[in-house]
Amino acid sequence: MADTILKVEGINVYYGNIHAIKDVSFEVKEGEIVTLIGANGAGKSTVLKTISGMLRSKTGSIEFMGSSLMRMAPNNIVKNGIAHVPEGRRVFAHLTVEENLEMGAYTQPRSGIRDDMEQVFSRFERLRERRRQIAGTLSGGEQQMLAMGRGLMSRPKLMMLDEPSMGLAPILVDQIFEIIKELNDNGTTILLVEQNAQMALSIADRGYVLETGYITMSGTGEELASSDDIRKAYLGA
Amino acid sequence: MVFLQQLINGLQLGSIYALIALGYSMVYGIILLLNFAHGDIIMVGGYIVLLIIAAGISPAVAIAACIIGCIVLACVIEKVAYTPLRSAPRISLLITAIGVSFFLENVAQLLWGADPRVFPATRIIPATSYQIGRLTISLTTIVTLVVAIAAMVVLMLLVQKSKMGKAMRAVSEDMGAAQLMGINLNRIITFTFAVGACLAAIGAILYCCKYPQVKPTTGYILGIKAFVAAVLGGIGSIPGAVLGGIAIGLAEVAVNALGYSTWTDAVVFVILIIVLLVKPTGFMGASMNEKV
Repeated sequence: MADTILKVEGINVYYGNIHAIKDVSFEVKEGEIVTLIGANGAGKSTVLKTISGMLRSKTGSIEFMGSSLMRMAPNNIVKNGIAHVPEGRRVFAHLTVEENLEMGAYTQPRSGIRDDMEQVFSRFERLRERRRQIAGTLSGGEQQMLAMGRGLMSRPKLMMLDEPSMGLAPILVDQIFEIIKELNDNGTTILLVEQNAQMALSIADRGYVLETGYITMSGTGEELASSDDIRKAYLGA
Repeated sequence: MVFLQQLINGLQLGSIYALIALGYSMVYGIILLLNFAHGDIIMVGGYIVLLIIAAGISPAVAIAACIIGCIVLACVIEKVAYTPLRSAPRISLLITAIGVSFFLENVAQLLWGADPRVFPATRIIPATSYQIGRLTISLTTIVTLVVAIAAMVVLMLLVQKSKMGKAMRAVSEDMGAAQLMGINLNRIITFTFAVGACLAAIGAILYCCKYPQVKPTTGYILGIKAFVAAVLGGIGSIPGAVLGGIAIGLAEVAVNALGYSTWTDAVVFVILIIVLLVKPTGFMGASMNEKV
């Protein structure tokens, strides 16, 4: 059994008076792909933002490789090995592709940046061709690749991907999921948030279902994909 | 010839406004704050130079102390007054900035009196002039232009090439995403204030060499004009601040040259009103809320 790399226990997150995340607990083991699925507004992105320190939980604990993230500043959480590729990609539209990647490597020593960038380019050839182009001129798929490449530049142990398939053509969605699997094969643990439950469950080792702030179900990818409730609610079958 | 002479005067004044407008624009670009205390930092810089030279210490030390003093002051203001309001509504931040401005002006009045004091301009730049044909150019003008251009080139390199500069651009575009890259927001914000204050200090010395007196309200109108320059250029844009500053300088000198010098300040504000009515984003301002 692999070691638990991320352990979230009993977190409660509020937006003002709105109680968005209610007693959520889950864990991610080293080398896994774990997915959080659920409808729009269920709180999936909120969970990721809480892990990366952009939001704070009032209760419970978040532990990553032995250290607590509850009070850690977002920049130190990145330094500790968590990359968060946010919903909507949020590449820096006025910076070039290369500059975006450099920002991804902000916490890394200068010496390794060239090699890491070369690795990202060899994974995403499209980005290499466009390295000096302003990121805002890239297509949606290219921007998603840039956002993922940018995340990789911090050499993460855990990569959190928020809706990587959003707004992409089906062929690109397949490509993105292919890449996620490849990254995982190369040793990066993945926490994947998706509305495209079918795709997410097809590559995930385990999954959790989030409904209005609660985790209502969990299991292996296969278990969830074959569960009647899930099929009705999320897979349109 | 008169035209050329006035053009040079306009560029001199304009480049000073540009240096000050840069601080406004950069801070706005990062935290969307119109830092109305920025002008008063210039006044403090003027007093620092004046007092140190009056104490018989060398002008070089005075200049260094002015730059360091302004940077420290700006960083302290940022930490004490603005950082606690990071998540407060923007209007609270704006009112605080105005409050800090009044505070600095009144403390200066308390410490150094309300009367204007003579700034030892000739101790910093000798009162030499050069005659080229019928054109008279003072050494102050030459030094102002050279120093201002050099400062802007260094700033451009800093913002375009350095890691900190790129992080500044990233923060100004998307603060949240920048944090997810591991960028330490507090450090970038403080750095931005420091760079702005450094440029303001240089502007302060050059301004006081041109108009050699300092009083507690020196920074007030100067700050407001630099603010107009920043808006004219497109607030948040660095090249915009430079263009806006030079445009305001040229406009002022043109009004003076035409014999309407009592109207100088009014013209500056008329420009502000026209910009806000016709093109609120200024010369180089980005259209609001670009969705990617």
